[in-house]
Amino acid sequence: MSRNTPPGPLVRRHTRVTRVTHWIWALSLFFLLLTGLQIFNAHPVLYWGDQSGFGFDNTVLRIGAVDDRGVVELFGWRAGGMGVLGYSGGAVRAFPPWATIPSGTDLATGRVIHFFFAWVFVVTLLVWAVGALLSGHLVRDLVMDRHHWRGLARDVRDHVRGRFRHAARYGPLQRLSYGLVLFVLFPMMILTGLAMSPGVNAALPWLSEGLGGRQSARTLHFVLAAGLLGFFVVHMVMVVLAGPLNEMRAIVTGWYRADAQEAGDV
Amino acid sequence: MSDHVVSRRRLLRTGLGTIAASTVAGCKVLDGLSAPDHRLRHFMERANDLTMAMQRGVLDRDALAQEFAPVDIRQPQRPNGVTDPQDADYVAHRNARFANYRLEVGGLVHRPLSLSLADLRQMPTRRQITRHDCVEGWSCIAEWAGVPLWHVLDRAMVHTSARYVLFHCFDTIERSLSGAIRYYETIDLVDARHPQTLLAWGMNGAPLPVPNGAPLRVRVERQLGYKMAKYVRAIELVDDFSGIGRGRGGYWEDRGYEWYAGI
Repeated sequence: MSRNTPPGPLVRRHTRVTRVTHWIWALSLFFLLLTGLQIFNAHPVLYWGDQSGFGFDNTVLRIGAVDDRGVVELFGWRAGGMGVLGYSGGAVRAFPPWATIPSGTDLATGRVIHFFFAWVFVVTLLVWAVGALLSGHLVRDLVMDRHHWRGLARDVRDHVRGRFRHAARYGPLQRLSYGLVLFVLFPMMILTGLAMSPGVNAALPWLSEGLGGRQSARTLHFVLAAGLLGFFVVHMVMVVLAGPLNEMRAIVTGWYRADAQEAGDV
Repeated sequence: MSDHVVSRRRLLRTGLGTIAASTVAGCKVLDGLSAPDHRLRHFMERANDLTMAMQRGVLDRDALAQEFAPVDIRQPQRPNGVTDPQDADYVAHRNARFANYRLEVGGLVHRPLSLSLADLRQMPTRRQITRHDCVEGWSCIAEWAGVPLWHVLDRAMVHTSARYVLFHCFDTIERSLSGAIRYYETIDLVDARHPQTLLAWGMNGAPLPVPNGAPLRVRVERQLGYKMAKYVRAIELVDDFSGIGRGRGGYWEDRGYEWYAGI
């Protein structure tokens, strides 16, 4: 299914910097997401603005429970927690034990692990940015030129039909999605995280102000995390559909089996 | 298909299986990190030293926390932690409307002080409308009135060997087998001498209410709420806090929270 065209030669697809940073990000984001949910559980309400509305209502999202039933409230619209959100395992908990690190309620440890991997994540992004700029990867593989924009509609049609192009260089949809992650989601994740720090707030007040206030930054941090989780799901589906062994070999060893007619396309 | 490729594939499959299995089990394995003396936890905690070094070294260490307008005070200040201490000495003070309250300032100072609330109110007062950020994640804006801590420190003439300000509090936050544990906190002299660091006796235009730490609480505006000790009984200048409590510099720090709470 994954091979619509006869297989061609092995081509060099990913540099060492790309492969190493990819896996450090995968590991960091795994821990950041699950400790992030632990931190969220300490106060499972999101607000818009500078402060949390206790005496007024600026709630965006609330995950709570009524008796032993979880309740999710999004802009006042209510839904059940389905035994997962709000109430699970006989206890009131926004996200269940299997979705948090540590599995029990432990904000302090969640923060320790979260901030450790936050630093790993930030340093890795800096290393990648320098490496990708120097190697030309950033401009050559991630920037959309006129040619890519023109090919976008066809690329979407091909993806919908399950026809995947195997080439050394990324196609338009790959450029768009990786570009979105690397240039928008990753930096915004870091900025919204920094905007929650009271120390950074004092030195760089424009940061949280520009994001709509500290509680807005916290809400955006959560939304961006959901966006990254969404990217991860699509990413996994694409890897499976495009040929998991070939894709995995490329991101581990750098070598990728291209389609025969694509081999020359570098 | 050569044996070489097969073995490679098998290796890859085994590897993926291992990763998947360890991911599922990972959450449980990582629960060990909750132990305060876990070596990996200690290593990860070092990241917070980096955070503090960056905030103190790269960002402006004298920066003032954001101040807000009166219109931003939209609700009462949400109290947290102990909100009604039952300690006998505190109850006695509260019943006397804190008329007999004295703030003791001692430790590594040349001139120990004993200050009444009236003394503190007569000292220079600073009012600031700031946002209180709780480690749990919520924020609340209120106006605080009090004497900047540096005035009190200067009056007590801090010894050059002092490095930290230790706040002793009235409130028992936990009863353990070894007895009652009263809240305590420490901050360093950089934050202690910051112009917005207050010994606050007023909130939102009224005397500090009991749930918010009456008669006196700390404001350290560039850190999280747990650094801002309530029900302050005494101030002690120290050069080291390793011998106090479990040695991490505060009640919550002793329970795994970061000593530097600027993040």
